Amino acid sequence: MRELMLGNKAVARGLYEGGCRVISSYPGTPSTEITEEAALYEDIYCEWAPNEKVALEAAHGASLGGARSACAMKHVGLNVAADPLFTISYQGVNAGLVICVADDPGMHSSQNEQDSRHYAQAAKVPMLEPADSGEALLFARRAFELSEEYNTPVLLKLCTRVSHSQSVVETGERVNPPERPYKKDPSRVMMTVNSRNAHVRVEQRTRDLREYAENCDLNRVEMGDTALGIITSSVSYQYAREVFGQEASVLKLGMVHPLPEKLIRDFAAKCQRVVVLEELDPIIENHCRQLGIEVSGKDIFPICGEFSQNLVRSSMGLPVPETMKIEDEIPGRPPVMCAGCPHRGVFYVLHKKNCMVYGDIGCYTLGALAPLHAMDLNVCMGASCSGLHGFNIAQGVQGEERSVGVIGDSTFIHSGITGITDIAYNGTNSTVIILDNSITGMTGHQQNPTTGRNLRGEPAGKVDLEALCRALGYERVRVVDPYDLAEVERILEEELAARAPSIIISRRPCVMLKGTVHGAPLEVNRDKCAGCGACMKIGCPAISLRDGKAKIDPTLCIGCKVCTQMCRLGALAEQGVS
Amino acid sequence: MTKNIMIVGVGGQGTLLASKLLGHVLLKQGYDVKVSEVHGMSQRGGSVVTYVRYGEKVFSPVIDRGEADIIVSFEKLEAARWLEYLKPQGLIIANTQEVEPMPVVTGAAVYPGELLEKMQKAGARVDGGDFLAAAREAGSEKAVNIALMGRLSGYFPEITREDWREAVAEVVPARFRELNLRAFELGRSINLTEK
Repeated sequence: MRELMLGNKAVARGLYEGGCRVISSYPGTPSTEITEEAALYEDIYCEWAPNEKVALEAAHGASLGGARSACAMKHVGLNVAADPLFTISYQGVNAGLVICVADDPGMHSSQNEQDSRHYAQAAKVPMLEPADSGEALLFARRAFELSEEYNTPVLLKLCTRVSHSQSVVETGERVNPPERPYKKDPSRVMMTVNSRNAHVRVEQRTRDLREYAENCDLNRVEMGDTALGIITSSVSYQYAREVFGQEASVLKLGMVHPLPEKLIRDFAAKCQRVVVLEELDPIIENHCRQLGIEVSGKDIFPICGEFSQNLVRSSMGLPVPETMKIEDEIPGRPPVMCAGCPHRGVFYVLHKKNCMVYGDIGCYTLGALAPLHAMDLNVCMGASCSGLHGFNIAQGVQGEERSVGVIGDSTFIHSGITGITDIAYNGTNSTVIILDNSITGMTGHQQNPTTGRNLRGEPAGKVDLEALCRALGYERVRVVDPYDLAEVERILEEELAARAPSIIISRRPCVMLKGTVHGAPLEVNRDKCAGCGACMKIGCPAISLRDGKAKIDPTLCIGCKVCTQMCRLGALAEQGVS
Repeated sequence: MTKNIMIVGVGGQGTLLASKLLGHVLLKQGYDVKVSEVHGMSQRGGSVVTYVRYGEKVFSPVIDRGEADIIVSFEKLEAARWLEYLKPQGLIIANTQEVEPMPVVTGAAVYPGELLEKMQKAGARVDGGDFLAAAREAGSEKAVNIALMGRLSGYFPEITREDWREAVAEVVPARFRELNLRAFELGRSINLTEK
């Protein structure tokens, strides 16, 4: 059937058609919908794992157990899963194993712009890279076949513009892969001679796959004018064809590791000038140079950021379309914490107390923006706990009395537990605030081990955060309602002063979560309001100042009443109360 | 020849459903279609954009500066923000609603006035109206997306009103079908309040 399909949904469809039976993933933009869409197929068991390392290990375990399996993650997730990746490469698979990884050039929703293709090279694992939804479906299905034929996990690499674009796909039937019963094989134990032999196998596998890359239909040549030859892959292929049409010849690589040699040499020999068009790092370009082929690449195209048709035009010295503009300065519209967001109260107090705040990865990173400015830095999932510990070792009491780590519930389970274990075990008097909003918020409301629900929303095991922290050695575990500013401030002061490690759990469900009860919108008593702007200090998008008075947008306000605690005149209240 | 339509607005205004409807209609006409959007952080009340491209064969999933034939804007400031993506003499369908961004709320910036007139002066064709009121009249402000699509539908002589109505019925949940069809018709026939 012909339909318009999101790239990530097409990957899910391809995995389904390829006979996938198990998917274990951790959410991360722009990869999340792969697993959510796959979960709509009853024939695929899908789960959210605590983190990407666990997800890959679970998926590999399922592969050994005889089920075609997959996992999906964003580019930085592959850093977390890198440890099992390198040895699973040696270990091999039983049933096919596909690892979907989505890069984010332009960093629409990411903290860095790393290029996942380096992992394919480093772990010596084949990598396929589709250029639209149609290929995403076909490549996902094909990846299972390659995985079993070459006894290797296969990386399926996406990027924001492939994952989050819809294009036309042709869907097919689900295959019934041959049974692959588990057989004990002593050579799977990765030690001494087995590992040495495995490495030799892996090197031979790469040579075999390179041979495959020379002739497979994943890589294709589209000959046009031969004055210019473009070697490209992924969405860059689309930009190349958009700009040049038939006025250039194109070698489109669907398999970006291992890269072919003869295919590239033959293509280059037919073209007068060869250009490599690839986002982020010069991987294909360096390969061409190693082969002694003269190419242009990062000498004309940038390493940083996303490409587009105009970027290709201007880099190649071609004219770009005319544009219109108006004189006025257009104010920016940065993302903001939602009206009623439970994180707001905590960040307001941290701002007020002028704390050093070691942040983490999630919606709450927005606490760094105006007017709260309540975050000093963030690095990666879990660093708020371990990084704070190191900071306090260096700073001593001076640091312990004014610094906190701030981490969401899902991120805490992902990588915070080991960090707070370091704090308790090695004994800095650090204070970590767990922002427990009962959901994985940023990526669009996925369940996690603290919510008591599984991916399908069914009842599941539930981590007891208080009991967990106590078991790790915390005697001071406090729970606070972030809508109560005075209480947040009191408890924060006590825990910063305590000469012991502490955990503060700020607990309130995300306001956007289905089932969260909202209060009635508040209103401003214009007689009482002096227009002082105190209520504006919490940065709530529902509040503005109009004609010298506060104004509340009733379509946004959910009645959390945090603003009423800012107003000394009692000008903000429920309708009819003020 | 590939045609380019951008749908711009503020996170949470329902731009994604609008692009779903548009993609659906165009695919049914037999066109090759690509729809591209960004999920994640930007949705938290930030500026959002969806690119819809259609034609015999579409390559790039995105629309670049100076390439858009039509910009459908859910919010006035967002129309101005994306103006440079419009082709000279391109069309802007603008909802006259104003949603103040945080820098304006905090007083760090001002919301520019007379934006529609200024865009028209710069060379754009502007079709502005209070589509929020149309949606309200249909039964819910949330249907502003379908009201705007109703307006857009008037600019496609090759696609029948019935095809559009069918597509609306297919993409919205059954219980909101009547409401959205009303919003579609009101948006299509709205009297312009501003030009």
